[in-house]
Formats: sequence, C-alpha cells, structure tokens
Amino acid sequence: MTSPLEQKLRITGPVVVTANRLGDGAVVYRTVDGSWSTRLDEAAVVNTVPAATELLAASLADDISAVGAYVAPVRIGPGGRPEPGNLRETIRHAGPTFAAPTMLAT
Amino acid sequence: MYLYDEFDRTLVAERVADFRDQVGRRMSGELTEEEFKPLRLMNGVYLQLHAYMLRIAIPYGTLSSQQLRILAHVGRRYDRNYGHFTTRQNIQFNWIKLEDLPDAMADLASAGLHGMQTSGNCVRNITTDQWSGVAPDEIEDPRIWAELLRQHTTMHPEFSFLPRKFKIAVTAAAHDRAAVKVHDIGLRLHRNGAGETGFEVLVGGGLGRTPFIGKSIKPFLQKRDVLSYVEAVLRVYNQFARRDNIYKARIKILVHELGAEAFAREVEAEWQHIKDGPLALDPAVVADIAARFRYPDYGRLDDNPPELARLRNTDRRFDAWLGNAVANHKVPGHAIVTLSLKPEGGPPGDATSDQMDSIADLADRYSAGEIRVGHEQNLVFPHVAQRDLPELWRALDAVSVATPNIGLVSDIIACPGLDYCSLANARAIPIAQELTRRFRDLDLARDLGRLHINISGCINACGHHHVGHIGILGVEKNGEEFYQITLGGRADEEAELGALLGPAVPYGQVADVVEEVVAAYLELRERPDETFVATVKRLGVEPFKERVYATH
Repeated sequence: MTSPLEQKLRITGPVVVTANRLGDGAVVYRTVDGSWSTRLDEAAVVNTVPAATELLAASLADDISAVGAYVAPVRIGPGGRPEPGNLRETIRHAGPTFAAPTMLAT
Repeated sequence: MYLYDEFDRTLVAERVADFRDQVGRRMSGELTEEEFKPLRLMNGVYLQLHAYMLRIAIPYGTLSSQQLRILAHVGRRYDRNYGHFTTRQNIQFNWIKLEDLPDAMADLASAGLHGMQTSGNCVRNITTDQWSGVAPDEIEDPRIWAELLRQHTTMHPEFSFLPRKFKIAVTAAAHDRAAVKVHDIGLRLHRNGAGETGFEVLVGGGLGRTPFIGKSIKPFLQKRDVLSYVEAVLRVYNQFARRDNIYKARIKILVHELGAEAFAREVEAEWQHIKDGPLALDPAVVADIAARFRYPDYGRLDDNPPELARLRNTDRRFDAWLGNAVANHKVPGHAIVTLSLKPEGGPPGDATSDQMDSIADLADRYSAGEIRVGHEQNLVFPHVAQRDLPELWRALDAVSVATPNIGLVSDIIACPGLDYCSLANARAIPIAQELTRRFRDLDLARDLGRLHINISGCINACGHHHVGHIGILGVEKNGEEFYQITLGGRADEEAELGALLGPAVPYGQVADVVEEVVAAYLELRERPDETFVATVKRLGVEPFKERVYATH
C-alpha cells in the first residue's frame, strides 16, 4: 500500500493533520507543539503543501500515539478557529448526526 | 442451539490470549500499526471514523440467551450501551477501546463468541435462513451444513489469504430467505427427481461495485461431496482470481470473465482429484454435528388456541402484530416470531443493552432460550408456543420490538454509513430514520404490502441496495451527499438487480422521491395484491421515472 507520504498532496485551503488515538480510537489533531489533542481548535493549521507534508511526516513518525494520520481540510471560522472542512470531518469531529439508540429506546 | 465442544472453546480461549499479547505489544510500541493491523483485523477489530469497531461472528445467525446477555454486557461495560446487528447476521460494537478489547474478548469467549474471520480475505461468517430448523417450507435444517463448513474453513491455512473476502450462504427452503444468489457461493438444498436431497451450487454472486447474480454450476451435488466441492471452488478461485486489482479480485469477476461453464469445468477437474479423499463426508461426522443442534421438546399443542382468537377480536394492535410478525412453524401449535429492530425513527438493526437483556429473558421464557439474527437486521424467536403469543406480544411491545412492520416499507435495511464507517461516502441511517417517519402509518404500510427499502452509504453495498425493491445508494458529488435510486431489485429465489430510476438526488430530497415512487405504485398496480416488485417488473422503471422527475 502506498504510504500517505508518497501520495501527492493537493491543498486548496487551510488543512490540519488528524488521526485516531491508539488506545481508544478517539479523533485527534496534531498540535503545533508536536503532540495530539482531541480539540480541533488546538490543531496546527497549515496552508501549503510543504508545510502539510512536514506536519504529516512528523505525525506518521509518531506511530505509538495515533493511527492513520492524514491531511484534512478545515475552514477558518469566527475568531480564527478552525472548523471541519467537509461532512466526513464534521461527523468525525462531532459524532453521528442522530441520537444514540440508548436515548430512543425504552 | 448448537453446543460447542472442547476444541471450539480451547481455540477461542487461545485466540484471546494471543490477542491480549498482541495488544500489549502494540500499546508498548513493540509492534507498529502496519504489523498490528492484520492481527486486529483477523479478530474483527476495525478502526472506523471515531473509534475502533468490533465485529462479532454469529454463526448462521443463531444465538443462545446466554450469548445475547454477554453481548448486552459487552455493550454496557465496554461500549455505549448498544450494538448494531448487521446484514451478515453479525453484531458490531461501534465505540470499543483497543485497551479494553482483550477483556471484552475474554468475556465474549466465556459464551463461545469471537470476532475471528469477520474481516480479512478469508471465508467469512457462513449465513443462512433465520428460520432454519423451524420453517415449514424447508427440507432439513441447513445449519448442519453451515456448521460443517464453518469448522472446515475456520483457520484453514489454504484459505486464510484468499484474493478477497469470501461469503457462503446456505438455504434449504423453497423461499430463499438467505439471499444465496448474491453470495460468492450459494448452496441450495433441494430434492432431485429421485427424491434424494442434495445441493445446487451457485457461484459468483455478489453486490458491491460490480453486482452479479450467482450462476448455477452444479444442479445437484450429493451431500457427502459438499466439503470437497466447496474446497475445489475455493482452490480454483485462489489460483485464478486477480490479486493485482482489489476491485477485480472477488470470485464474481473471475466467474464473469471466465464464463460460468469454463469456471465449472475448472472446478470439476479439481474436484475429481479430491472428491474421494479425506474430504468425502463420513455420515457419522455429519450425524455428530446434527446431534449437537438441540431442539426443544415442543409438546403436543393445537394450532390456533382460543387465547389468540379472543385477543385478536378485541385488540387491533395485537391482531396487526399477529398478522405481520408471526409466521407458521413446522410444529403444530407453535410459531416463529420476528422482533422488529426498526422502530419509528430508530437506526435499523440497533438494540440497546437493556433491550438485549430483556430479549434474552423473554427467549428463555418463550423460545427455549434461542434467538436468531436475520440478514434484514431483525431478531427471531424460533420456538414460540402459540398460546404464549398474547403474553409475549405485551412483553415485546414493552421493550419496543413489536412494531408490526416486518417486510413492510419501514422495515429498512441500512448500513452504518458515513455516521460511523470510514469507507462510506454518504449517510444511510438518517435517510432510513426519515423514511420510517414518513411511513409511520402502519395501515398504509400494510396496504403497500411487501416492500423492501435497502440503503447503502457507499458502493460496497453493505446495505444490499442493489437487491432492495427500492434501493438507495449514497454517493459524493463535489462534497455533497447524493443518492442513486434503483427499483425492482430482489434478493430471494427470483433474485434480480434493481434498475436505475434516474439521476442521483440530493440528501434532502430522498424521502420525497421515495414517497413519489410509492404513490406511483399505488396508482399503477393492477390490483391490491400486485406487489411493488411485480408492478416494477411488469412496467419497468419508466412510469415511476416520469412521475418522480416531473416533480423534482
């Protein structure tokens, strides 16, 4: 399988690097200080292919903290905070778009 | 129920110990993700959008009440209090943590449950009719053969690294409830002209990106030969299928490209080498497996006891449920009861841990402790005395699994879709939820009759959209969710792939379009008992298309 680093990055706006935390699978974002956070507003936001490639390379090298890192689009919202850039990332960030069945049933 | 032996228990326990060690080494960094991923997948552990997902095999959809209680416990202790029953008669937990998985698997193993061969390029969970062993229209219990194949293919070294995954389904009834024509191998038990029972073998069926209906390559196979013949099919597949392109690696592509006759010749040649070897079945082995399926002592009861008639006459809701969710049993005085996991507004196939516990208790009281899972994502009580139906109905209603919509428009099959699945392009569950709200009127649903809506959130077709009477496939266009709609598909003995209605419609219009299609059916049907699929078969999609695209 092709490594994410060998795939050509196409970036049309601001992006972050996201992955799933190893121990529990939670969605995490790569931060400026080289750690991971479950908060998107703590993610490192980059705008160029070289910067995204560098951020992704560092993320992938950290194989023990998070799994399956990739570059994901964001929009810059009010106050300069990043928001998920597409529906898939919105769902990863906020969870399923319906109530859990525990709340629907008996 | 099937009773596992010491060999099964040891195998499952050893696998838990192996996996505990593997998780420990992954967490410590000794194993990389690249090394660990195939190991976790061999145990049914996927990484989805927000979390790990554990898929647990339910062989031929048969569960004991004890097993269902363990599933409830796993949902409660390690997940978020619910599980999702799938179109492959399995269950999935969507929020499980890797660090908890060894303990969860140990708890599952205590009831003989595991996730082996629920992922990877191997022979997956072997599925069958959820009414096996009790259906009046079946020749014999097909689970005996499913179990035999399960034992033979479990951790079979030659078939652990096939070109792609491999799905086998078995039916023994005149009406195919197991969708055998859309499986890699479909086995149909039937009687030949001489009155002998054997298998018709179909190969190369499947849905996904390139759907095909299976082709019959052996009209009648003696039962003694079923292992050797299936092995020959797998060998030909293993040898000739394409490993260079994941999209062309399934057996359906090989059968299509080679032609069914040429494929059958290859299988026949391979089979001649092995048919009289160790794989020829010893009747004593088959009898031993058959003896491990236990049936309750049904007792002598009459059909239609007076309790039923009394309540039918006084309670319209009971009458509706009895007419919809209760089917004839092969033993007089008994019934097969389907529990709907499709409440209005609910995600199809989901059950909470509390529901699972209640259902397990009710199975003990009313169904000899046995539950089945159907590929339509509902549950079944296979051994209910008819005189118990009023009490059972009240109890099932109290846990919200007595909606009388089995086989009707709101009994929707849906994959997890983009709300959970990392492969999905679009959501499936919210579309299903909206449709159950639009079609909440059960009088209308009954008037519409049998109508299966199947929804998939991507081309992989876990929601079986190709064979839905109305099929809905989510695709992504320029970052937006769109849905292709097909009509006239069916998964039974007359299996067909649906025909495309027209251009894909956006998320917000899907329920409107389905309502239009249904309204068109009501106008177009020749008489009230002409089913939706029969109307589509007679007229094609054009009259539906004209109506839908005139208004959208």
